[in-house]
Amino acid sequence: MEGLAQRISQAMLGQEQATITILSTLLAVQDELGYLAKEAIELVAGFTDSTINDVWAVASFYPNFRFEPPCLHQVEVCWGASCHLVGAMPLMEAVMEACELESEGDREDGRLSLRFNTCLGACAHAPVIAIDHHLMGRQTPETARERIGGLLR
Amino acid sequence: MIQVVEEALAQHGAAATVSRVGCIGLCYAEPLLDVTLPGGPRVFYGNVTPAAAAEIIETHVVGGAPVERLAMGYIPGPDGVDSAGGIPETVASLDSHPLRAVETKIALRNAGNIDPGDIYQYVANGGYHALNRALTEMTPEETVEQVNASGLRGRGGAAFPTGTKWRFLAGSNAPVKYILCNCEEGDPGAFNDKAIVESDPHTLIEGILLAGYATGANAGYIFIRHGHDGPIDRAREALIQAKEIGLVGQDIMGSGFNFELEVALTGDSYVAGEESALMEAIEGSRAMPRFRPPFPAQFGLFGKPTNINNVKTLAYVPQIIANGGDWFASIGHEQSKGTVILCLTGDLKYTGMIEVPLGINLRDVLYEAAGGVPDGKSLKLIQSGGPLGGVLGADHVDVVLDFEVLRSAGAILGSGGIIAADEDTCVVDLTRALIAFCQYESCGKCFPCRMGMSHLLEVLERICRLEGTLEDLALMRKVGENMQAGSLCGHGQLGFNPVSSALRYFGDEFEAHIVGRTCPTGVCLKPKFSPALTRR
Repeated sequence: MEGLAQRISQAMLGQEQATITILSTLLAVQDELGYLAKEAIELVAGFTDSTINDVWAVASFYPNFRFEPPCLHQVEVCWGASCHLVGAMPLMEAVMEACELESEGDREDGRLSLRFNTCLGACAHAPVIAIDHHLMGRQTPETARERIGGLLR
Repeated sequence: MIQVVEEALAQHGAAATVSRVGCIGLCYAEPLLDVTLPGGPRVFYGNVTPAAAAEIIETHVVGGAPVERLAMGYIPGPDGVDSAGGIPETVASLDSHPLRAVETKIALRNAGNIDPGDIYQYVANGGYHALNRALTEMTPEETVEQVNASGLRGRGGAAFPTGTKWRFLAGSNAPVKYILCNCEEGDPGAFNDKAIVESDPHTLIEGILLAGYATGANAGYIFIRHGHDGPIDRAREALIQAKEIGLVGQDIMGSGFNFELEVALTGDSYVAGEESALMEAIEGSRAMPRFRPPFPAQFGLFGKPTNINNVKTLAYVPQIIANGGDWFASIGHEQSKGTVILCLTGDLKYTGMIEVPLGINLRDVLYEAAGGVPDGKSLKLIQSGGPLGGVLGADHVDVVLDFEVLRSAGAILGSGGIIAADEDTCVVDLTRALIAFCQYESCGKCFPCRMGMSHLLEVLERICRLEGTLEDLALMRKVGENMQAGSLCGHGQLGFNPVSSALRYFGDEFEAHIVGRTCPTGVCLKPKFSPALTRR
């Protein structure tokens, strides 16, 4: 556990920009750990001279924060309007099936987590998925199944 | 792809420079690769696969002959059209490409043409000359006056006159004032802010510096969503370079003007793009809008007077200062001056990003530039201005692009995203998807928006299940009116737009779902998915 506290401290202190806030510090910790550990909330409160309540208020607001250790792979499916019009729904269905998940969330074996993203920002290449933050455009249920199958093989 | 290119070059021992450029706008054909031989034209290849890249290196770079089968066009070399010598006749000038033929490039003049990672390529193309001109030849008042004369209006969606906004901040004699650049850009269907930062970050930095000089502000932030690594990395890299050569920091160009600039990140939140919520996020809090007044020009970031502009707005400023406000005002239409940067997505042959003069006909953009709807299908509607914008029926797209004209048509120009939908689209389902987005992204501060969005979504889901009633339509209008009257920011105030514009143009389709108990396109009969987690 000491290792975890040390990594959190390094992430907090390693911020290069001049303006350090609760949000910037939480983002730095999540970048390092892939999630916000319980210890992180307390350490961030101390580091930013705020309360645990203040930190929780911010952490619970932004849906990109997670509070469990990350899975091995992160799969995201875009459901913005551009993607919706050109097939995000069948794509989501195929991705959930390939991930063997009923909805957003983590696989119990920790091999991947699935998130629906409001816009991945590559709308001209719709429909888009992202695997481990790597964007992949013009997906079909078949190509997406194949890519996710590759992660689980 | 870059790896394949570099390996192929190494394998042939070819002495070539590999530049990583930003977006030239032909998104539909990406990935793009182009080759320029010394003194010759720039030949473009689209939809390049690794195998094609290897062939292009071998045949064109090493062998000297363009791969006719794969080439999509060329841009003439330094000697003009004549330097197209050696280009097969079947390969046309890229400027005749439908997407490029309609363009007037101001903010995007460098995008795709220079290496955004090299400040000297920006400088070599006239970069930072406008800043030099302002600092050495113009007073701050004259700088504001040029922007005022240009008629530039905010490109983030509200279309507020930029010069007027700058005057508010310039009028404050507070010792600390801020310039904030909004690159949150959460609108599905819009990616032009990210594209500018990725493709030409220095034009933005120069615009921010000019805004700082004009208004007497000495610090600023570029505000980007965490996770959008392309723009974040490019902006940070560009800032380091600008600081190294004294263009950002103390005593810029020896003029005595100081300006500190940094990148600030937000977590995922659409409302963080709203100007007062944006300040809350930079301060590290929940991105929730503030009460106004006081307005940001009096009480903004950290309580200091603040000016907030969109990326596109600021990206125009260097060219306005370089060429004069009157030059910019000579382009455009009535009260909508200059150009607009459109992101064309959805059911279009050529999806991409183009910069066109305001006043261009939307029909021409859709059918000429973007090539119309593919697969022989017909256009049903366009959705513009982001999720809070509206839809426009295909019979009504014969309008000029102008802030006022589009607003009176029930759609808005917004941030420039135009999403086309073909005949297979169910309007009720699309409206449901837009409201699902708005519901998910409501920050929750104002209950008319928080509960209103949930209520609208519930009703739309009911209509999609073919279980709606005619009273539901009246109910939605009532909810929409309350949201408009009782919300602090545009999210709630404009949140009924997707529904009201859909009802305006496609009321009969709602009735088919409610009275006829049928979805004419069949879309509503298929499975639908929404996020498990919301801010409810």
